[in-house]
This record gives sequence, structure tokens and C-alpha cells, in this order.
Amino acid sequence: MTSAHTSTQAPGPAADPALRRDPMARAADGDDRFCWVPPVPVRRPKTRWQRTWPLLVGGLITLAVVVTSLFVGVYDVVNAEGGWAMFQTTRVPRTVSLVLAGSAMAMAGLVMQLMTQNRFVEPTTTGTTEWAGLGLLITLILFPGAPLMVRMVGAIVFALVGTLVFFLFLRRVTLKSSLIVPIVGIMLGAVVGAASTFLALETDMLQQVGQWFNGSFTSVVGSRYLPMWATLVVLVAVFVIADRFTVAGLGKDIATNVGLNYTAVVFTGVTMVALVTGVTTVVIGSLPFLGLVVPNLVSMVRGDDLRSNLPWVCMVGVWIVGVCDILARVVIAPFEVPVSVILGIVGAGVFVFLLVRRRRGA
Amino acid sequence: MITLENVSKTYGAETTIGPVSFEIPAGGVTALVGPNGAGKSTVLTMMGRLQEVDSGTITVNGRDITGTSSRELAKTLAILRQENHFITRLTVRQLVGFGRYPYSRGRITVEDEKYISEAIDFLNLTAYENRYLDQLSGGQRQRAYVAMVLAQDTDYVLLDEPLNNLDMQHSVQMMKQLRRTADVLGRTVVIVMHDINFAAAYADQIVAMNDGRVSTVGTPAEIMRPDVLQGIFHTPFEVVDGPAGPLAVYY
Amino acid sequence: MPDVLKTSSAGPDSAQAPASTADRPRQSGPFTDSRHRTRYILLVAVLVLVSAGSTLGILLWDNKAAPGTRAFELIVGMRMDALVVIAVVAFCQAFATVSFQTATGNRIITPSIMGFEALYTVIQTATVFFLGAAGLTLFAGGAQFFLQAGAMVLFATALYTWLLSGRLGSIHIMLLVGVVIGGGLGSLSSFMQRIMDPNEFDLLTARLFGNIGNADTANLKYVIPIVAVTGLVIWLRARRMNLVALGADVTNNLGLNHKREVMVSLFLVSVLMSMTTSLIGPMTFLGFLVATLAYSATDTYDHRLVLPVAFLIGYAILSTAYFVLRHVFYAQGAVTVIIELVGGLVFLFVIMRKGRL
Repeated sequence: MTSAHTSTQAPGPAADPALRRDPMARAADGDDRFCWVPPVPVRRPKTRWQRTWPLLVGGLITLAVVVTSLFVGVYDVVNAEGGWAMFQTTRVPRTVSLVLAGSAMAMAGLVMQLMTQNRFVEPTTTGTTEWAGLGLLITLILFPGAPLMVRMVGAIVFALVGTLVFFLFLRRVTLKSSLIVPIVGIMLGAVVGAASTFLALETDMLQQVGQWFNGSFTSVVGSRYLPMWATLVVLVAVFVIADRFTVAGLGKDIATNVGLNYTAVVFTGVTMVALVTGVTTVVIGSLPFLGLVVPNLVSMVRGDDLRSNLPWVCMVGVWIVGVCDILARVVIAPFEVPVSVILGIVGAGVFVFLLVRRRRGA
Repeated sequence: MITLENVSKTYGAETTIGPVSFEIPAGGVTALVGPNGAGKSTVLTMMGRLQEVDSGTITVNGRDITGTSSRELAKTLAILRQENHFITRLTVRQLVGFGRYPYSRGRITVEDEKYISEAIDFLNLTAYENRYLDQLSGGQRQRAYVAMVLAQDTDYVLLDEPLNNLDMQHSVQMMKQLRRTADVLGRTVVIVMHDINFAAAYADQIVAMNDGRVSTVGTPAEIMRPDVLQGIFHTPFEVVDGPAGPLAVYY
Repeated sequence: MPDVLKTSSAGPDSAQAPASTADRPRQSGPFTDSRHRTRYILLVAVLVLVSAGSTLGILLWDNKAAPGTRAFELIVGMRMDALVVIAVVAFCQAFATVSFQTATGNRIITPSIMGFEALYTVIQTATVFFLGAAGLTLFAGGAQFFLQAGAMVLFATALYTWLLSGRLGSIHIMLLVGVVIGGGLGSLSSFMQRIMDPNEFDLLTARLFGNIGNADTANLKYVIPIVAVTGLVIWLRARRMNLVALGADVTNNLGLNHKREVMVSLFLVSVLMSMTTSLIGPMTFLGFLVATLAYSATDTYDHRLVLPVAFLIGYAILSTAYFVLRHVFYAQGAVTVIIELVGGLVFLFVIMRKGRL
């Protein structure tokens, strides 16, 4: 049903007002009686420069966020003694992991949305994040004092299983409306979360669960952030094979018909999402709604051209996480608020705005 | 008699239904036909006060429906929409019993039971009355819904696409039963439907709609002419004489 | 209770005057046949027995003092408080969830999932956050309780009425927006808790994370009458709710204003939810568990049959879990968590089996 607005191949739809439509406007919901017919694209092809300069501006903004993140904090890294060392042990890891986590989680959301053809799906609305948390907890229970890598593998494996469970769920549940999918997913996550709480309560590990639940960049010091580089692989991979996810999202029959190995593509996608979510969960914690808000905001402004949107999804992901993290550092300095708390408020706000706007616009 | 005067309804910026004016006489079967998106169902649901009218007036037996209390109107006019999903599991008889709500407010009396039984018998559901709706076939379930609005004992019965999801056999059965509803029970039946041949065979009056307006009102004989039909459905038509009246051929 | 059974006499009673033609009397009613009715009576009997058993267990188990002495009464009195809390919570969750699901026309989403409790938590937190510990002392217990409950009811009714007003169109959007707002409110609470003064935070934790054992019983004298009146109103509206459950079109067709009924229901639901949350804090899946079990155990549309069973199930589950975990396993803190887990699993199972919302 959402296939009507997936990818209009020509770039830069923002120029034509008819195309700058609300991305949510037709995100299927059973009771829309009128069929939306895509407007016929009538536009002049853009010059190379016209396509490049917004990206440059976006890059500059990203750079500004990164630089701000590097220099904001309790410790004055410029003037104080030992500032450079401090800069290297805390600010650089923090900022790098922030950039990687922001763009990777946004991409993970995009991948899931492409595969399910549902704009409201992302790791927090499918329970993937909670599964990763459960995996982390179980690894800690089975192997107390396990090194970071082991914990990470545990989280990734559980995230993978959880995402597959969700996909099986989707197949099992005859969903008329794209809106039910995230409701079911959030509930699945809540149940997995309750299981984690119970386990933690039994094994006196509530604190670890709390830590996971409150995603934060505070503890990213020294070499702790290095695993985050793994997400870079996923980022690159998405750029290469994003189109296949779109085709897979049209369903097994259509995908097979155009000669795509459906199962392989879906499994690749799920693995990528699990990898990103697992690593991010272990190193930082949950980043709620990021994967949902970013792709939707991007396609709201720029239309639905997947290819040209990819760099924007990465950049906007960095902006949002960066700004939220800077806020988290500043609000009650010298203390910090978990970034997930701020993201939770901002993300829920934007999500609701998207949902409500979708109605108004329609 | 149901009278519509300059009734209109606007959705969003582009879609407007109306202004529409026509009359549905008391008695008999009236069919609202037209292509998809013509506004048939909207007009029907406005008549049944399930949707508000943006402008214009609809009167039922001379009373403006916007001014009439909904509870009173429920004793004069019943409407059934095409999609009915209930969260509760109901037997046929329980469902039909709800049709008595305007009279009994939920406390079923001996008199109510009489109406309920009559409606069930009328639609040949007697053998199934204690079955749950989810145990019935699509055709039986549709009949159960119709039985509910018949038990409401109203002068007017409005049905939105009652033939949707029914196969040929059940469609014919349903139309025969609706015809009998008008002839035997003396109700005024208004049906929204797609199939012009069905409409011509069973209706006394056809109201044809197109692009949110009424394009033609007339008896089946007046509507079943190639030029008229072409104007309504925008596709070439031929009308041949069938064994039971004119047949529109459009393929 | 007997009143219900009388008005809904479907089978055996009327069999004394058999209808002439059919071999079974043709009557409508919430029970399909006499077996259905017998099953219902049995169900209620079993639930009452279980509840009575666990009630006695909680009161008397391991009560070392001799019956009749002052010490005995003291212990019983203390344990009585826990029972009263269990009863109030079960009643609120059962009535609120069933009413809410009827009003919104779904059997999956509950007021807890929609964030009613999160809203209450935000109000609690905001009170401490903005007034501070000093400001709190300005209001005596009662005034503060009423202010917070009032604010909750006001906000909840406004928020959910807006969501349901039809401007958002479908019920699914409303549910999704509700779920998301619930999550956002949770984050908002923890944000305020994070940046508030640690002393004030202590003050807040004491109230937010109560459980059955140490519920805030000081307000029971207000909670009980409010809950009783709200429950009575819901009971009187039960027949309308039978109709509302059939959806907007059918309800409006039969002459009942669906939108108004839904709003009244939401108001009553928010009252009940604020009462239960004020006692023991949020419980996400209890309401779902209780309502789902009640629907499938009663298998009827009639709210006058579903509501009492839902309450009894809630009381039986909570009291049994409390008894077993506290007096047998000495793990009373786990009561709510375990019920959450079981409720959540049932929730997933139901979605799997139904295959739809």
C-alpha cells in the first residue's frame, strides 16, 4: 500500500511543490477511502551544482555539531592543563561514537522501514533494542565480568533473534494497518523489557539494566568506543544495497519476480540492524525513536528519493544525537542527563507531530 | 419520504460531494448507483446521520435529521454500513437483539423477542440463531446484520453495499430478501450498489451519482439506456433485452 | 449479582414454559444456553473460593499471636491494609481496562499501555519538581492528593478526548499516539527526576515506587469512596457499553451518541487509573491480563457479567501472588514484576493467536 510513494527516481523533488508532499500522507491505514495518485513529475533537471550545494551546507552543519561536541563540557580542554590529554581520552571518543551511533541508528531505522514498507518501524518500535538489552543482561549473568566483546556478541545475537521474532510476528499477524505494527512492536519490547527487569531483580543486576535503559555517552572513554567502528561497515553497506531493501519491501513475490533472493536480502538487513543495535546498546544504551524520526523528517523535507536521501539520513542522525548529547551535558552541568531521556522526549514529540500532521495534511 | 436539499460535504481541499438534491419516496427499493468515489456511500451515511452534513438539509418524514434526537430517529430510520467488525463475540440472536435498543435500552422485553424472532425468520436464519457470527459464512453473516436493522422496526432501511464480498448466489438471495422487505414488510429500502444490472432488476427507483453529484434519477426503464448509462459510468454501453428486463452490457 | 442472573435468564428458568414449536425456547440474552450460564456461575464460585482462600491465607498464615488477643488484631489489621489495597487496585484496573477497551473498540490496548499511569507519574514528579520539598508541605495530605488526582483526570480526559475527537481519524493513530506519548511522558518524568535535588528525589521515590506491602494507605479514606462511586456509575452505564462495543456506526444508528459515551467512559477510566496509580504506582500489564482472562472466561458481550468477573480475577491473581510470594517465598517485592511478566506473555500470546488487533 505504501508502495505508491517509495522512490521517484529523479533527484531533488523539493523543487516541485506538488512533490514536496507529506511522507505520511498515505502511510496506509485502513480507512482512507480515496486512492492517492502520485503527481506526474514535471520539472527541469538540476545542474550538478544545484544538487551539490545543499549537501555542502549539510556537511558544514554536521561539522559544526561535531566541533561543538568536541569543545563543550565541564573540563576546559583549551586552556586548562592536561587539556589535550583530556580531549583525547574523553571528547574524541565521545564525539566519534556519537557520530557513528547517530548515523548508524538512523540508517538502521531506514533499513527496517524499507524492508517492511512501514514508516513507523525502527529498533525501538520493534523490540530490537530491548532484545539487545536482554542479551547484554544474560551474557552478564552467564559470564560475570565478561569483556566488552563478549557482551557485544550476546547483545547482537539477541537483537538478531528478536528482530527475526518480530518479522515472524508480522507474518503471523494479519496487519491491516501500518499503525498496528509499531504498537505490536512496542508491546513486544515492553514484554522483553519486563523479562529483563525480572531477571535483573532475581540476580541483583537492576543497576545494569538501568544503565542500559539510560543510554548515555558519558561512559565512552578511552578505547571503549572502538567497537562503534563496526557500525561504519553497516553504513557503507547500506549505501551500496539500499535499493534491494526497497524491492524486498514490496513483498516476497514481487522481489522474487524481479530476480532478487528475498530471504537473503531480508536476512542481510536484519543482521545489519541487529549489529548496529547490539553494538550501540552495549557501548551507549538505547537511543529511542532516533531511527524513526530521522528518515521521516528527511523524506518530509526532501521527498522520497532514497538514493539522494541516504547522506541526509546520516547527517540528520548526527545532528539530533549531537544536539541532544550537548543538551545532556549542559542542562545540569557539572552532572549529566542520559541522552536517551532527552531523545525520548524529543523523539516522542516529533513522532506524535508526524502522526498528527499526517492526518491534518491528508 | 426522505428529501435531500442542496446537501454537500467537503473532504480536505479537493473532494466535495454535492450539492445533491433528490427524493426517496416512501415504499419500494431505491438503488444508489455510480462509479467508485462518486459519493454514493457518503450521501447514504449522511442520510443515516452517521456523518454530518456540511450544508443543506435532509428530512425524513418531514423532520430535519439534524434537529431530531438521534434516539427518536433510530425508530424511523436504520442504516447498515459495509464493514462491521465487533470486538465482542455475538450469536446471531444477540446481534439481532441489539436492533431493539432504541425501544428497550438494552433490557429485552417479551415484545422485543417477538420482533427479534420475526427478523431472524424473515432472513431464514432460524436454524443459525444461536450460532456465533464468526461461525457463519459471509452470506449468512451479512444476513444477520440485515436482520439486526430489520428488528429495529424502522420505516427506512439504508444499506451500504450489502452485496460486497458476496458471491453471485448470495447476492441474488440478498437482493430477493431486500425486495421482500419492501414488498412484504412495507419498508422503504435504500441500497448503495455497484452492479447496474442488479439495481435494474430489483429496484423501483435508481439514483445515479457521478463526481459527487446526482446525474440521473429515474425508474430502471429510464436509466437502462445506452446514452444514460454511458453518461454515468464513462464507458460504452449496450442494452439488450434479457428474459427479465433490460440488461446492460459493458464488456 | 443475583440481579444479573435473573435479568439474563436464557435457559432453564424459561424452560418451565416451553415454546410451542422450537425444542429450545427462543430467547435473547447474554448467555447462549443453559450450559453457558452454569459455566458462568461455576466460574464466579471458583473465583470467590480462590479469593477467599488467599484472603484468609494472607490474614492468618504465620500469625503467631493467639486469636482474640490484641496482638492478633493488630497483625490482622496491618495485613488488612494490604488486602484493601489489592482489592482497590484490582477493581480499578479491571473496571478501567474493560471500559477503556470497550470505548476504544479494541481488546489489546489498555489505559496503562496508553500512558495514563505515565501521566500520573509526570504530575507527581512535576509537583515535586516545581514546588520543591518546601512547597509540598504547604498542602496537607488530602489537598495534595485531590489536586494531583484532579490534574491527572483533567489532563487525561483532555488528552485522550483530543486523541479520540476524530481529528486524527482512525483509532489506530490514536492508539499509536497514546503509546508514544506514554513513552515520552516516561522520559519526561525521568528527565525531571534526574535534574531535581537528590533530597526531593528521595521524597518522590517514596511515593512513586510503592508496592502492595507499603502502599500509601493514608489516602485510602478518599480513594475508596471515589472508586466506589465511579464503579457504580460504570455499572449503571453497562448496557450502553454493550452497545458502544459494537462500534460508532452501529451505536449511532441505534440512537446513542457514540462520541459522548466514549468521552464519559474515558473520564471514568482516568479517575480509576489515578486512584490505582496513587496507591501502588504503574502496572502495565495487569489490566490487560485481567480483562483478557475475563473476556475469554465469560464469553459474553454483557458488561454486567464481564465486569465483576474481571474484578474477581484481578483480586484472585493479586492476592494469590501476594500470599504465595510473601508468605511462602518471602519475595514480596517480586509480586508486581511477576504479574507484569505473565501479563506480557499472555499479551503476546493473544496477539499471536488472534492475528489482529
